[in-house]
Amino acid sequence: MDKKRRDFLKIAGVSTLAGLGGTAVVDRLVSGTSPVQSEAAKHADNAQGGHDSHQEEAKSGNRYGMVIDLREFKKDPALGDKVVEVCNHTHNVPDFPKKKDEIKWVWLTGYENAFTEHSQNYKDQGTLDNEVLVMCNHCDNPPCVRACPTRATFKNADGIVAMDYHRCIGCRFCMAACPYGMRSFNWRDPRFALDMNKINKEFPTRMRGVVEKCNFCAERVGLGKQPACVEVCGSSKAIVFGNLNDPKSEIRKVLKENYTIQRKPSLGTHPSVFYIV
Amino acid sequence: MFEKALKGNNNYWIWLAFLGAVMSIAGICYIRQFTTGLTLTGMSRDVSWGLYISQFTFLVGVAAGGVMLVLPYYIHNYKEFGRITILGEFLAIAALLMCLTFIMADLGQPLRALNVVFYAQPGSMLFYDMLVLNGYLGLNILCGWVILTAERKGTHPPKWIYFFVYLSIPFAVSIHTVTAMLYCGLPGRHFWLSAIVAPRFLASAFAAGPSLIVVIALILRRVANYDAGKKALDKMVTIIIYAAIINVFFVGLEFFVGFYSDIPGHKHTLQYLFFGLEHHGHVYDNLVPFMWGFVFLFVIGLTLISTPYFRNNKNDIWIGLGCASIFLSFWLDKGVGFVLGGFVPTPLEEVVEYYPPANEILITMGVWAMGAFIVTVLYKIAIGVEEEMEA
Repeated sequence: MDKKRRDFLKIAGVSTLAGLGGTAVVDRLVSGTSPVQSEAAKHADNAQGGHDSHQEEAKSGNRYGMVIDLREFKKDPALGDKVVEVCNHTHNVPDFPKKKDEIKWVWLTGYENAFTEHSQNYKDQGTLDNEVLVMCNHCDNPPCVRACPTRATFKNADGIVAMDYHRCIGCRFCMAACPYGMRSFNWRDPRFALDMNKINKEFPTRMRGVVEKCNFCAERVGLGKQPACVEVCGSSKAIVFGNLNDPKSEIRKVLKENYTIQRKPSLGTHPSVFYIV
Repeated sequence: MFEKALKGNNNYWIWLAFLGAVMSIAGICYIRQFTTGLTLTGMSRDVSWGLYISQFTFLVGVAAGGVMLVLPYYIHNYKEFGRITILGEFLAIAALLMCLTFIMADLGQPLRALNVVFYAQPGSMLFYDMLVLNGYLGLNILCGWVILTAERKGTHPPKWIYFFVYLSIPFAVSIHTVTAMLYCGLPGRHFWLSAIVAPRFLASAFAAGPSLIVVIALILRRVANYDAGKKALDKMVTIIIYAAIINVFFVGLEFFVGFYSDIPGHKHTLQYLFFGLEHHGHVYDNLVPFMWGFVFLFVIGLTLISTPYFRNNKNDIWIGLGCASIFLSFWLDKGVGFVLGGFVPTPLEEVVEYYPPANEILITMGVWAMGAFIVTVLYKIAIGVEEEMEA
């Protein structure tokens, strides 16, 4: 290699490095923080947020969440079934007679089934009598998304964990990964168990061989509507839906004023569904 | 070299015809499943993986077990394994093809399988499993074929092949490690969420794979006049003894952690597998006979291969039975109990048991027949080449 070319390469290399470093310096100047400062800021955040700084860091944008008030469901025992019914209709969830083929998006289960970590031998009857509405938790740190080999299930910027039914290969890794058991698989063609004259034409039916689950009514939320289950609860406020990242939102107000619990919090998945017992 | 597989005695052809028939039946069953859906299996939303994935898991071990021949021969220059190393490599090829077939059989949308490549997700363990399984398959085909071709020509294999031979050793470990990681990285499945799953898988693989090779070698001695060599078989039996004991030791450690800590989540699956799990007044125990079969066959197998009376017996039937017992035992442990048990109890703490119907069992048997078919043909070629050299 002749000398000139080598020199040119050297200069090019050095100036590229300088350029890269240079932008970093400019960025810092613009944002007004040095590495030391930003580190200090992080520590301050940690001190404020206690041990759980994770939630405090992700404040930008929307993160949808839900608070389910079990007291309201106890007051109106028919409400739970209404919620399940409206969800099944809105999303064309088939009703298979055989339990083995079952597909569920939202359903009612016992308190002990929903909250397996909240165990003690002498629960009060009031707690045990609860029928708990369970659905996908739209975790902030979703194990199903991590497991999916094709990104057929993914987390939207707004926190909703969604499915691409056309990409799913049906490996069911996400079903094994979900610690809440909230995912279902189309073991057979769901259209056979649907009355095709009565389906909701606004939402697609699925094909056999793919996984599905509650989608927080992403198709409705996108249009500025509330999820179907929230809507059907009417003025009871049995389910409150909103943006967890907005400190002024109704859901944050409810969370501030009530003691709420989550399902299996120790797994670090950070569910977006909260319960008032 | 394929022409070697086209010449054989009547027994050879009857055996292949039998396997072909089983495969054809399975093919018809698979067409049924393909057109109707996986509802023709025993799987449900609670037990979402069944026989296909459990067979896959076990067979990854059989494939990895071949490394117990490759490693002593190529790294430690243990010459006695020279003749049978090819058996390990060819067995790995067949086992891996079975693994891939089982995965395809399990997919809800098999025609979309390539999405794993098109939309590769480096965060998903299944992506890495695909990489290492196909990588190990390629390595075994390459090494097996090149070395056998060289042997046939009476020359030394080319130097460059050793790079791939050595590479295949960490690959063998990786296929079973990554397969273990499919399970042990899932939160909320207590039975699988254990750091000892990968080492346990490897130990069980290093016992089950060589056991099968010993059994096949003893069969070949009778039907194909092929002698693997007494010293080689004896060394393999030693390897099997150690690996088998380590596997069961690891299972024992799971028991200690579960029952001494007395944490319900850590005990439930073990209780379900070995003693039956009581839930709402009903005892669920459909896997209990399989798990005690695992224990029983392990004891029988270990006795046969480790006590001097049987091990040094002139009649090698005892060694064969012992190795067959170990193989079957670890199949019950990993090919039945491990995967199916992990789904009990469900994340909602219910108990749902899994019963595979005929269609699913026949497909499973068909894939095993396919594996046996491939092994038969590949071994026929390998033995044909050796006979040619000796003649």
